[in-house]
Amino acid sequence: MSLISQLPVFRISVQSSEMAVREALQKLLDGLGPLALDVEESGTVELVMAEALNNIVEHAYPPSDPAGPIHITCMHAKDGLHLTVVDHGRGMPDGQTPLGAAANLDVDLCDMPEGGFGWFLIKDLAKDVAYQRVEPENHLTLRLAVAVS
Amino acid sequence: MDLRTRSENNLQVVSVHDSRIDAAVAIEFKDAMRASTDGGDDTVVLDLSEVQFIDSSGLGAIVAAMKHMGPARKLALAGLTPTVDKVFRLTRMDSVFSVFPTLDGALKELNP
Repeated sequence: MSLISQLPVFRISVQSSEMAVREALQKLLDGLGPLALDVEESGTVELVMAEALNNIVEHAYPPSDPAGPIHITCMHAKDGLHLTVVDHGRGMPDGQTPLGAAANLDVDLCDMPEGGFGWFLIKDLAKDVAYQRVEPENHLTLRLAVAVS
Repeated sequence: MDLRTRSENNLQVVSVHDSRIDAAVAIEFKDAMRASTDGGDDTVVLDLSEVQFIDSSGLGAIVAAMKHMGPARKLALAGLTPTVDKVFRLTRMDSVFSVFPTLDGALKELNP
């Protein structure tokens, strides 16, 4: 993997909260400014990272636990953006990410799913999704095939 | 969450005057939709043309709004911007709702 020099590696840190997700996404998109992503690419980045960060706010730092830090590291390489998200909250159940299967929509209106789309979107849009519990941290890494050369 | 409602030829148009329907406002959006659509016309067109971003929580809130309206009523979506459209396409929720590129198109189609 060879680095492209035009965008240096950058890091964003926020304290877990719903509004912090918006702040982190804005900082991430601002940091990617030099790449001049088109709306399709920036939409992919924002969507995948929104889902990853929302999951942390909701499950790693549930309301019953104190809030904690979320660190995002972004590196641009020839095959796209390599993103690492680290938090100090609760680990994934069973030590792995949910499968992220597509929801079954062939159901009556009253049974239509209102959730469970997050991991589906992450796994559909991102490549090389990997999760590791490194006590006391969660490490999620993924690649987004945008701004590839 | 700023929702504005108007009635046009037995269609209720609910326009979202916010740029995001995300986890931070999903519950607020769901409540506002409930308040806007209760007792309204059978067909509701949700105008999303000002919404630049939606996440899975926002998507879930729109599904919840449709379910709350019940099977006898219809919720159509209009004016999806690129990232909003992407979320509906990828989750195949565009097959559950009637989706129209523009509000004008939706009004013409639903009320010929």
